[in-house]
Amino acid sequence: MSVTVRAVLNGEERALSGHPMARLLDVLRESLDLTGTKEGCGEGECGACTVLLDGEPVLSCLVPLLQCDGRRIETVEGLAAAPRARAFLDRFVAAGGVQCGACTPGIIVTAWALLEREARPDVEAVRDALAGNLCRCTGYEGILRALAADAGADETEEAAR
Amino acid sequence: MSAAALSPRSLDAAVAALAADPNLVPIAGCTDLMVVDPLRRLAMERVLDLTRIPELAGIREVEGAVEIGAATTFRAIGDSPLLRSLFPALAEAARVVGGWQIQNRATLGGNVANASPAGDSLPVLLALDAALVLAGPAGTRTLAYGEFHRGYRKTALAPGEIVARVRLPRPAPGTVQAFRKVGTREAQSISKVVVALAARVEGGGIADLRLAAGSVAPVPVRLRAAEEAAAGRPLGTETAERVAAAAAGEVAPIDDVRSTADYRRFALGRVVRRMLLDIGAAGAAGGAA
Amino acid sequence: MRTDTLPSEVRSGPGPIGTSPPRPDGLAKVTGAAVFADDLVLPGLWFGATLRSPHAHARIAALRFDPAQAPAGTVAVTARDLPGPNGVQLIDDEWPVLADGVVRHVGEAVALVAAPTRTAARQALAAFSVEYEPLTAVLTMADAAAADAPPLATVEIAYGDVEAALAAADVVVEGTYRTGHQEHIYIECQAMTAWEEDGVLVAAGSMQCPYYVHKSLVHALGLPADGVRVRATVVGGGFGGKEDYPSLIALHAALLARAAGRPVRLAYDRHEDIVATTKRHPAEVRHRTGLHRDGTLTAVDVEVLLDGGAYRTLSPVVLSRAALHAGGPYRCPHVRVRGRVLATHTAPNGAFRGFGAPQTQFAMERQMDRAARALGLDPFTIRARNVAGPGDELPTGQVLDESAGGRLCLEEVERRTGFTARWRALEREREVRFGVGAEGRIPARGVGLSLYFHGAGFTGNGERRMRSPVAARLLADGRIEVLTAMTDMGQGCAAVFPQIAAAAAGVAAEDLVFAEPDTAEVPDSGPTVASRTTMIIGGAIASAAGELRRRVDAWLAARGETPGAFREAAARYVAAGEPAEVVVRHEPPEEQQFDDERYQGAAYPTFSWGADVAEVEVDPDTYAVHPVRVTAVCEVGRAIHPRLCAGQVEGGTLQAVGWALLEEVKLTEGRYLNDRLATYIIPTVRDTPRIDVHLLECPWAGGPFGAKGMGELPMDGGAPAVAQAVENATGLEIDELPITPERLYETDRAGRRVRG
Repeated sequence: MSVTVRAVLNGEERALSGHPMARLLDVLRESLDLTGTKEGCGEGECGACTVLLDGEPVLSCLVPLLQCDGRRIETVEGLAAAPRARAFLDRFVAAGGVQCGACTPGIIVTAWALLEREARPDVEAVRDALAGNLCRCTGYEGILRALAADAGADETEEAAR
Repeated sequence: MSAAALSPRSLDAAVAALAADPNLVPIAGCTDLMVVDPLRRLAMERVLDLTRIPELAGIREVEGAVEIGAATTFRAIGDSPLLRSLFPALAEAARVVGGWQIQNRATLGGNVANASPAGDSLPVLLALDAALVLAGPAGTRTLAYGEFHRGYRKTALAPGEIVARVRLPRPAPGTVQAFRKVGTREAQSISKVVVALAARVEGGGIADLRLAAGSVAPVPVRLRAAEEAAAGRPLGTETAERVAAAAAGEVAPIDDVRSTADYRRFALGRVVRRMLLDIGAAGAAGGAA
Repeated sequence: MRTDTLPSEVRSGPGPIGTSPPRPDGLAKVTGAAVFADDLVLPGLWFGATLRSPHAHARIAALRFDPAQAPAGTVAVTARDLPGPNGVQLIDDEWPVLADGVVRHVGEAVALVAAPTRTAARQALAAFSVEYEPLTAVLTMADAAAADAPPLATVEIAYGDVEAALAAADVVVEGTYRTGHQEHIYIECQAMTAWEEDGVLVAAGSMQCPYYVHKSLVHALGLPADGVRVRATVVGGGFGGKEDYPSLIALHAALLARAAGRPVRLAYDRHEDIVATTKRHPAEVRHRTGLHRDGTLTAVDVEVLLDGGAYRTLSPVVLSRAALHAGGPYRCPHVRVRGRVLATHTAPNGAFRGFGAPQTQFAMERQMDRAARALGLDPFTIRARNVAGPGDELPTGQVLDESAGGRLCLEEVERRTGFTARWRALEREREVRFGVGAEGRIPARGVGLSLYFHGAGFTGNGERRMRSPVAARLLADGRIEVLTAMTDMGQGCAAVFPQIAAAAAGVAAEDLVFAEPDTAEVPDSGPTVASRTTMIIGGAIASAAGELRRRVDAWLAARGETPGAFREAAARYVAAGEPAEVVVRHEPPEEQQFDDERYQGAAYPTFSWGADVAEVEVDPDTYAVHPVRVTAVCEVGRAIHPRLCAGQVEGGTLQAVGWALLEEVKLTEGRYLNDRLATYIIPTVRDTPRIDVHLLECPWAGGPFGAKGMGELPMDGGAPAVAQAVENATGLEIDELPITPERLYETDRAGRRVRG
């Protein structure tokens, strides 16, 4: 059985077809070749599959296609393409927020949603917002450095003196 | 019958669809439903989306109570100034059901209908004397939440019935509330023990204590023996210990992948004790919370 | 808040060494453009699925596939269809590719299918019918020891006369320490795609060691070396879990691709990944320690027992490293270490960051703490009295070189945290009593200290055997191309290699290009494991790049030209037909020899060192341990990229804290109960302590610009520091990981308190 829903995907009106209970994650990755969104667990625990649904971070492995009708969907590819994203993305890399990169798209999407709501979140606000995004490589330190307003200036230049 | 994927725009349409086809699976936040083997998920060919129905959305004040639409997300509950002020225990529970992404999708009605013994909001509903407004082919009826769970994952929902709203009576003046979830880690976890308390503090004693817990029985339970143990007693360490011992004694938790029966009993007792000590401390500081 | 977390004692220069430029692969990762194994788009791709044993030990009496029950076109593969030896070639090849007549662990691969979609492949598994006859299963180490079956591996290190020394010691302390499985939980699950292209079998996917995969395909499929091509896609985390297992999944994908005549991908979901793949070896470590009254060690006697699971795989090397680190970073004149790996009917255990050393160092650190209490010493003092340093001899007779910075780490972490005074104060003030009737302080605070070291590079003669080659060549446009088989799984060789090459050749980053880790293109520079990548391969890269620079300069000089822009000159050099390629092999110094039989000699090229102070709070109502802060001081020779180097310490420390507090694998009938992310608990950002890293540098002459390997080092320090902190907070005796609330509660109920 198949349904067709109409959604605005990364700013573009699209018709998406598939099983009503197909995971949005699979529709993105397999039907649309938008492989930036990752599957880390398939059970809603790791956050690697995070996308924005009407501007809110959700786990695309838990969203059925049926419920995407008339909604606005943004993936990491769409958000990263925005001109104002580049400075944010560069800062994220420079602070050591990226190691293997598997959790990264999910973190970027959730962080984006946080920064839309709070331009300079403190460490506690970042920890709250990212509690549903698991990272195994960084110990979260680099991610917090990149996102929290009270994480202090980057001392890379100082150390490189 | 052929496959169907329905997205009704009214409660009447939803109820009619369910009446016509009892095999329709009602879906809302899907945070539990979608965690199944892919073959089982794709075998769900008859589904009914509840998230586009205005009657199931929203938080509103009614006579002497607040009603929360069943499709209200935990994020909305945790953010609601009304709920935070009147039902702080529920707002707190909403913030620990999972991370931000889960809170944005998981619904109160889903938590109720899913009937997991570990549901984080469920002990709060028990402690707050919630009532459920159920809608079905025979019409709408109200059921005390305490009568909803009939056994492990078995509820009082009649065929074709769904949870439409959760009604919380306005707390009496002087009511204090407490909530604590003991999870497998600090966030994004399933509870080992989850406890909710509501009580009136009157004349240096606890009046009308309601204590409920999850993950300690096949269903969320009121801790009646513990409530009895508090009746007419003054606030203080002795009462706290007594109530805690009664709570630990009246549950029969199990060993499972997350924890042990012994630990759950112990943690339940300690959490209850701490809640009562905190109320006592707040009381001693002058006035109820 | 975190302004002091960047290492502040690292030097910079020459060139980019000691600076932290943005990692070159960073932008692709943050935009979602980086191509991981399951992102690869291939026309005509089919998907595989694996039929796995539900039994820990059983005979396969019958195995049938009924095509009528499977989607049309499905292909099926069993052990009967193997064209060569049924073994994954690692140290030996006793790890079956597919179970043949018997299964020896829950989750063992019995058969494979491939079909046009993932769903169809899953459905096709139902077309198998299997008759199992369960056999008696050995499920625990205790069962295995009792069954007295031959061990999978043994080791013995004997140094001095430990029995005599114990007899003569002022004090003898005994202890037994246990640690359990740990699952890697790399965020990207195992995935591999195989296909045939122009007569060559190609495998592409997530792996740490392209040539390990290559070797195993050649071996089991009976193919010529140039008939197989293996390349790594972007690797989403490894931690050792993609050292051995990818060889098996690649074989499965290849068998299906050949049977289907089209590309086939196997991509595990998290549940399958946990069920099927390797984990850290559970360990039971027994100590008898003799000390003088002043706390100096006189005898260390250790018995190490590891659970290898059902097949040998890498267990002998894990045991070796475990044994070589069992005495900790300490001097001691009499040491004996005896170790065994026992087989159980569980999935084979394998490489996991630290590779045996975290298990034995946890035990040694706990034993040092027990000894300190017996003697009335604090944790800092007993370590300061015993820490090994330059010129000291380890139990293999290896003399530590001038870069041994253990004491510096110990003193620095004490200076930064004021550990000893705080520990003493908390010991004195400890009023926390748990249980009914006690008020308790909310919460109970504790601090703990650990000292640790980690051998960098392959154990024993491994580097000498490999003599790993690195190739470099000048391209027509004058850029230097560097070719190695190392994979970046997050640790950062994608950044560090260009820095080393640029500094060694005196060129800019734009003048360099690094080949993909593709066995058709690059030499076998060995596996990306054992903390060897920066130190050993980086060193060879420095030599190779430097050699090309020298050649161009010499050519210019011979022509009477002064060196100007490198690329322009190099392009002319190449156009002139001058020798533009070089292969450099890593050659360990002649004096670094190791006797495999007697376990004497240079066990490792060198060691990195560390000291951690952990602060915890223990909730007296729930016994939950909340890690507040870990200060990690690590001595690494030279931090080529300080930010990424500190990143290894940050990530490794949290992995160690997770192992210490949260990560537990329970089994029933040989089946993991914690087989999903909802039940195998790793730290979220809300569970992580603040991690403050301070890097120290005692340059090692044998490493590029002084660098020593350190990727595994932080795994050794976190757990014992946390355990000591929990003891400090609660007075409860901690000798087992993980320190779950349930275990702490039981310890309290049993009245097991520290003495002294």
